[in-house]
Amino acid sequence: MKKVIVIGNGMVGYKFCEKLVSRSEFKEIRLTVFGEEPRPAYDRVHLSEYFNETGADDLQLASRSWYESHNIDLKTTTMISTIDSIHRTVTDHKGNTYCYDKLVLATGSYPFVPPIPGADKKGVFVYRTIEDLDAIKSYALKLKENGRSTAAVLGGGLLGLEAANAGKELGLETHVVEFAPRLMPRQLDDNASSMLADKITGMGLGIHLNKATKHIAGDDAITGLAFADDTFLSTDMLIISAGIRPRDQLAVSAGLLIGERGGITVDNKMQTSNPDIYAIGEVALYNNMVYGLVAPGYEMAEVAADQICGGDKRMSPSIDMSTQLKLIGTEVASFGDPFIENESVSVITYENKQKGIYKRINISKDGSKLLGGILVGDSSDYNTLFQLYLNEMKLPEDPEVLILGSRDGAGSALGNVLDLPETAQICSCESVSKGSICGAILEGNCCSVKDVITSTKATTGCGGCKPMVSDLVTETLKSMGKTVKETICEHFELNRQELYDLVKVKNIQDYDTALNEFGKGHGCEICKPVLASIFASIHAETANRQPAIQDSNDKFLANIQRNGTYSVVPRVPGGEITPDKLMVLGAIAKKYDLYTKITGGQRIDLFGAQLYELPLIWKELIDAGFESGHAYGKALRTVKSCVGSTWCRYGMHESVTFAINIENRYRGIRSPHKLKGGVSGCIRECAEARGKDFGIIAVDGGWNLYVCGNGGANPKHAILLAEQLDDETCIRYLDRFLMFYIRTAAPLMRTAPWLEKLDGGIEYLKDVIIRDSLGIAGELEEEMESLVDRYTCEWKQAIEDPEIAKRFRHFINAEDPDENISYVPLRDQKMPKPW
Amino acid sequence: MQELLKKYNSVKTFEVKNWFRAGTIDQFPSDSGACVKYNDKQIAVFNFTRTNTWYACQNLCPHRLEMVLSRGMTGDLNDIPKIACPLHKKTFSLIDGKSLGGDDLSISVYPVKIEDENVYIGFTD
Repeated sequence: MKKVIVIGNGMVGYKFCEKLVSRSEFKEIRLTVFGEEPRPAYDRVHLSEYFNETGADDLQLASRSWYESHNIDLKTTTMISTIDSIHRTVTDHKGNTYCYDKLVLATGSYPFVPPIPGADKKGVFVYRTIEDLDAIKSYALKLKENGRSTAAVLGGGLLGLEAANAGKELGLETHVVEFAPRLMPRQLDDNASSMLADKITGMGLGIHLNKATKHIAGDDAITGLAFADDTFLSTDMLIISAGIRPRDQLAVSAGLLIGERGGITVDNKMQTSNPDIYAIGEVALYNNMVYGLVAPGYEMAEVAADQICGGDKRMSPSIDMSTQLKLIGTEVASFGDPFIENESVSVITYENKQKGIYKRINISKDGSKLLGGILVGDSSDYNTLFQLYLNEMKLPEDPEVLILGSRDGAGSALGNVLDLPETAQICSCESVSKGSICGAILEGNCCSVKDVITSTKATTGCGGCKPMVSDLVTETLKSMGKTVKETICEHFELNRQELYDLVKVKNIQDYDTALNEFGKGHGCEICKPVLASIFASIHAETANRQPAIQDSNDKFLANIQRNGTYSVVPRVPGGEITPDKLMVLGAIAKKYDLYTKITGGQRIDLFGAQLYELPLIWKELIDAGFESGHAYGKALRTVKSCVGSTWCRYGMHESVTFAINIENRYRGIRSPHKLKGGVSGCIRECAEARGKDFGIIAVDGGWNLYVCGNGGANPKHAILLAEQLDDETCIRYLDRFLMFYIRTAAPLMRTAPWLEKLDGGIEYLKDVIIRDSLGIAGELEEEMESLVDRYTCEWKQAIEDPEIAKRFRHFINAEDPDENISYVPLRDQKMPKPW
Repeated sequence: MQELLKKYNSVKTFEVKNWFRAGTIDQFPSDSGACVKYNDKQIAVFNFTRTNTWYACQNLCPHRLEMVLSRGMTGDLNDIPKIACPLHKKTFSLIDGKSLGGDDLSISVYPVKIEDENVYIGFTD
């Protein structure tokens, strides 16, 4: 067995392991990996996401069990202190010695702290590891408790701006201090930098350029920065991000050749001056440069793995430094030579100060080649431009269309993505070429974007190449004569509307028949809920009839929560509730020890019910006059109301009464996505009705009806469908609108994107709903009427039927509940114990 | 919580030392799952009525370590029978327990046999 040791378990060190285990030669290798940090390698590129929702586990590149399953001996929290290159051993800080045949140094870099007096004061941090981030976070929290909240970042480069974003995420007033006259001096020119600075300032961050920091002020903890121009910036903490330095001390002690300004000198095989020792990633000095980007690091890992396996892969002679990223909400990209300016180059720029967009491309004088460029504020052209540059492709006759878009709207400047050369590198992080993406499809191994990702790993790094991968997949499939149609899943080559019509016309009653007649295979978690929703819309059946095809929540008529328990939401139509009913909710919550919270839809959510408790809780709720709130379904949720003319001195109409009527009319109705409504008693709009799928606002002479104000992650305002309606007309239009949406939308498509995709938009919708241009208005009304008439409370159904009640047991062979559920206190209530 | 995962190790039919009777077939809902308690283990058992086949795996989803897989949806990916976790829809092959979503998560699977309307799960302990 050949013994291979890797020192360093960062992104590149991990990539080396990944590349090595994929080789057939790996079975003859014993791999040992040393990492100084307590956890296995994680994604440093997305480190600032650690402050939003992402936990440390989400950043992890592979779990410990991955290393175990490949027999890799991973030793974390272990520092290698010496290398004996003569006897080929390494020794860790505890004095244990390990032999190697081949050694790979992937020790990475450390943050450079400039020699500024006072850098050792409390409140001064660097930004590199999860531990650094934890320290920053806890210091920031302490500051905030003491009423202080200012942070400064030293360094306006790429990483500095990332750190500034982290400061902003922590709720601090954040300032960026840069020595150079512009931000991101290595990637951006003056105009791009000032556009970026404007955008960032607009986000509430302070930018201070041309600032040489003289010393860090404060007695014990930092209080501010004194600059050489005699100005001063008060700050409660400082994050230093002034560049990186290769961690080459080990190599120095091992006598390896080191560059003048640090970094272990390597050749194009990643070999150091000692042929048994390789260096990869940010510690390696290749072409007399240290590369702080992931893509070249990954390429180095692949080269080293290949060399150790006896191959002869070499590093590319020139390293591409192109980058594309999102900084503080702003897209920034630079590629090729972004600055080049001389007599053989033409520069084309586009600037839109109002929108904060700057684009620059550098083109050879003869117009034949793209040499580089910069994009700020809108980097949607990046993939195209990058490919044109990288593959030295021929440019269009008017190269300005590359950044201005062609006037006739004739699509991408690239023409067809299939025109790219086979060798074009589409995913730089994972070095996946166009050839391997298209090949995977042409050879019949893959037939969707998902397949291609699984098979090639493209898009799994930074994800920036996803649009291009998706285009390539679509175009390749088209070129093979396969229709690229939005089908539901591999089991049904139909879209939702087609399936809806078939089920209706052929009067299909159950999932198995639908699958046998129109599909293939045995179904999955995508097509089952789609058909469940279609059956509910056509036959008014509840989720109890075919439990096996219901989505996770519908199956148990409750919302599954983080720890596998459920939440319970009874219907409170229009948000109107009596004190007696409120007390019932309180008593039940107390009895079953449920965490209680008011929802956004004017009702009450009770969390933490175990599966077996659901029927018990619902029995009590139903006895007290409640019914299912369908909070678990893609169904009508609530119709929110303001108090309206009965109490409000401004109210024009009775908004609560109308909201209750509408909610009761549409309760239980399933739809492609969840539905919410709102009724406001006057134009002050206290019910926020225009932020709902349908919104009704009282005006002089009746109700104004707005529709499609639910865009999910991209908020949309509802658009006016009809004005000054009386109650009946308003409900008639609503019936038609809802039924038309239920019939035609794609699965999980909310109303706002549905309207956007509707040819002709709101005017077309008005034609269908108001002027009945399709002649289906009567049909839509009848269908809705039949759903309304056949409404049943599915929880009432469930507790009355002992067969259904069986579903709510945790074990089939024991009465015990799940013993693994545990809670921790949260204010005066409780929450699931964190993972 | 990682300790929980260590309790579960895949069992192959030839390794079975103990066939545990989990119940009768009519106790198990069609084309879905149910959870069986075996000592301190929770095992999800799936009744694929359409193909008249049965599978068993750990009830613990390895992604977020909750006892939920028996409440997930069954199905197939190119004829590989699979289970989708009800929490985040991670899917796993019920043949070898491997993730079908391209990550390196996996679950332990256990053999199931049906004799005289009884459902047995195979264990080595």
